[in-house]
Amino acid sequence: MSKYPNLLLAVTVAGLLASPATAEKLGLGRVALPEEVAAWNKDVSPNGEGLPEGAGSVADGEEVFSANCAVCHGEFAEGVDNWPKLAGGADTLDHNDPLKTVGSYWPNLSTAWDYIHRSMPYGGAQTLSADDTYAIVAYILYSNDLVDDDFVLSKENFLEVKLPNAEGFILDDREASEKHFWKAEPCMANCKDAVEITMRATVLDVTPNDTTDDAAKMEPAAAPAAVVEPVKAAEAPAPSTAPAPVVVAAVDPAPAAAPATAAPAAGDADLIAAGEKVFKQCAACHQVGEGAKNKTGPVLNGIIGQKVASVEGFKYSKGFVALGEEGKVWDAALLAELLTKPKDFVKGTKMSFAGLKKEADITAVTAYLASLTK
Amino acid sequence: MTDRSDDISSRRAFLKGTIAAGGAIAGASMAGASTPDPLITEVQPWASAFGDGVDATPYGMPIKFESDVVRRNVEWLTADTTSSINFTPIHALDGTITPQGCAFERHHSGAIELSKSDYRLMINGLVDTPLVFSYADLERFPRVTRTFFCECAANTGMEWAGAQLNGAQFTHGMIHNMEYTGVTLRTLLEEAGLTAAGDLKDKWVFVEGADASSNGRSIPMEKALDDCMIAFKANGEALRKEHGYPVRLIVPGWEGNMWVKWLRRIEVTGQAIESREETSKYTDTLDNGVSRKWTWVMDAKSVVTSPSPQAPITHGKGPLVITGLAWSGRGAITRVDVSTDGGKNWQTARLAAPGTDKALTRFYLDINWDGTDMLLQSRAMDSTGYVQPTKAELRAVRGLNSVYHNNCIQTWHVYPTGEAENVEVS
Repeated sequence: MSKYPNLLLAVTVAGLLASPATAEKLGLGRVALPEEVAAWNKDVSPNGEGLPEGAGSVADGEEVFSANCAVCHGEFAEGVDNWPKLAGGADTLDHNDPLKTVGSYWPNLSTAWDYIHRSMPYGGAQTLSADDTYAIVAYILYSNDLVDDDFVLSKENFLEVKLPNAEGFILDDREASEKHFWKAEPCMANCKDAVEITMRATVLDVTPNDTTDDAAKMEPAAAPAAVVEPVKAAEAPAPSTAPAPVVVAAVDPAPAAAPATAAPAAGDADLIAAGEKVFKQCAACHQVGEGAKNKTGPVLNGIIGQKVASVEGFKYSKGFVALGEEGKVWDAALLAELLTKPKDFVKGTKMSFAGLKKEADITAVTAYLASLTK
Repeated sequence: MTDRSDDISSRRAFLKGTIAAGGAIAGASMAGASTPDPLITEVQPWASAFGDGVDATPYGMPIKFESDVVRRNVEWLTADTTSSINFTPIHALDGTITPQGCAFERHHSGAIELSKSDYRLMINGLVDTPLVFSYADLERFPRVTRTFFCECAANTGMEWAGAQLNGAQFTHGMIHNMEYTGVTLRTLLEEAGLTAAGDLKDKWVFVEGADASSNGRSIPMEKALDDCMIAFKANGEALRKEHGYPVRLIVPGWEGNMWVKWLRRIEVTGQAIESREETSKYTDTLDNGVSRKWTWVMDAKSVVTSPSPQAPITHGKGPLVITGLAWSGRGAITRVDVSTDGGKNWQTARLAAPGTDKALTRFYLDINWDGTDMLLQSRAMDSTGYVQPTKAELRAVRGLNSVYHNNCIQTWHVYPTGEAENVEVS
């Protein structure tokens, strides 16, 4: 096994692998029940192992994608703002700044199914059914011109789909292709004739000045923004909420939003604080505080008491606009209705958030929003 | 080389804080005082009245004068802080251990709050008995304590196309080095039993976290049984939330993405799962469009942390400590050379302590600076004979689109003023 390049390691481990593990067991832990294994063992392998029964068509996928994914990835999987593009980029891998998408780069379709089912939609992971996942994957294939519009993806035909870049990968070959880096005795004196400066970082000037600086918001054309996969714009916490000391207590703190035991006088502040925590789930799309801007969702400063669909400069879906025209105003009750399940609240909303399950969380986040003035 | 770009003045605000602080110190230096120093001749408040009592800070934070020594992020890199990265302020640290509070963070769905009492770790797949451990169970296994660096594969990734970010924190700060306490992965796998797995040579473990991203990764059984750890303490105290409290995986010498935080499941498998994080990401595209995968090990690398753009020289010419960090995922650092002339000539630096396996090594070069321009570089060598390559050498093999695993030699241009800039040289 030389599939990874660690000579020392290979030597050390050879002996260990030769004999099966015979260490004495301590009898710690307990047997995992089949239901528990089934609940967590969701990964899907390139050979299809782990795929559940199910199927989904391109047509269904278009609808599910539009409702759950398009807010970030675009209606045609072309990507919104800095969110990942899922389609396009064919034949760009040997160009500068290649466009790496499911169609142009990913070697295995199983990876898309596995990732979407376990980790998407962003902020609402593990909420998609198997059929919906098949449908979304079918739609992504369609967006990459890899299947026709009448295609239906299922467990049965899954392995028949081959992605264009399936053969585009080689195993780590650094020990061979970069063998000359093991030079043992590098040059120490007069190693080159002349030294010229060929590039300076200050020319590009993309270094953040300090944590609160706005200057770095510019998007440099030359920046390889794909180093960490770009995702959607969200507000950075206001400086006033700067890291309080992380208390690593021996006793685990109770889960958020349990104000029952709080003293009445401290109740509001505690509730607002709990709400601020809950709001983190909303912050990927909604900005609040000073300098907040409309992002995927509207700014929520002073939202309580405000007419529905009235945040300036935000493009609402038709359903929300209609509610506003009816004269509806955001109050605790209306907000609770929305937050329980956004999809059921307004038809056709782009709000992909699955909803808050706990009533206490809704109460807390409402108190938090009410504390934010315009 | 003396032709300074005007752009450097735009960094003044950035450097101002450091310069001002440094200036105050320089003012009080020993260079021939003509008037007595009131800090010495007058009784100062702190020398007369009380300081804080022992109940003032049950858990201490750094003193306010160090408030600029913090993690920073680069806003344009990612548009959302919940799937993003920040950088360790390596320009301001010394020694080798990274304090947890300023050690870089990389999340794929935000740092979650998971209590010890809600924590479960499952081992399943090709094991004799699938098991579930509570946090308390883990504390009853034989324990080990070991120090390792953790480097994101994308560290220095922004520099492939050219000198871009002006500061060691931003170019090399996706790294930290901690002393971990926990149990070996081998111990837990043996508790579940590996007889059912048969021949271990072609087996893998798939590891995933409890957060929404789950960040699943496949690790060859060989590595899993060699030196991987399940850690619950770092630098003597519990892991911080942002580093995977209560339990994370340690994969010594290998890219940070494999060090799964909030570790919840270990599955023994017959194949690599080829998850998103090991296909779509963390693969390295070469010039010809072919991509390397399973490039797990972090190559030997080093950087001068001071002087550097965020840590300019404030004391003028004379004695100067050049210092930096070196590390290798293949073994121990054996030597670090430093050049002050852009790689023409090299001097071997002094290691603060002999290099240890897959951990940060601190180096120093004490020089008498003549106040002229310097092109500072460092070059690491490890126990396998690997020598850190130049940017040109690396690009010759990998092109410009690799994104990950940029371990090239870094150059800082230090001006006669003591300010420094990230540059590339021929």
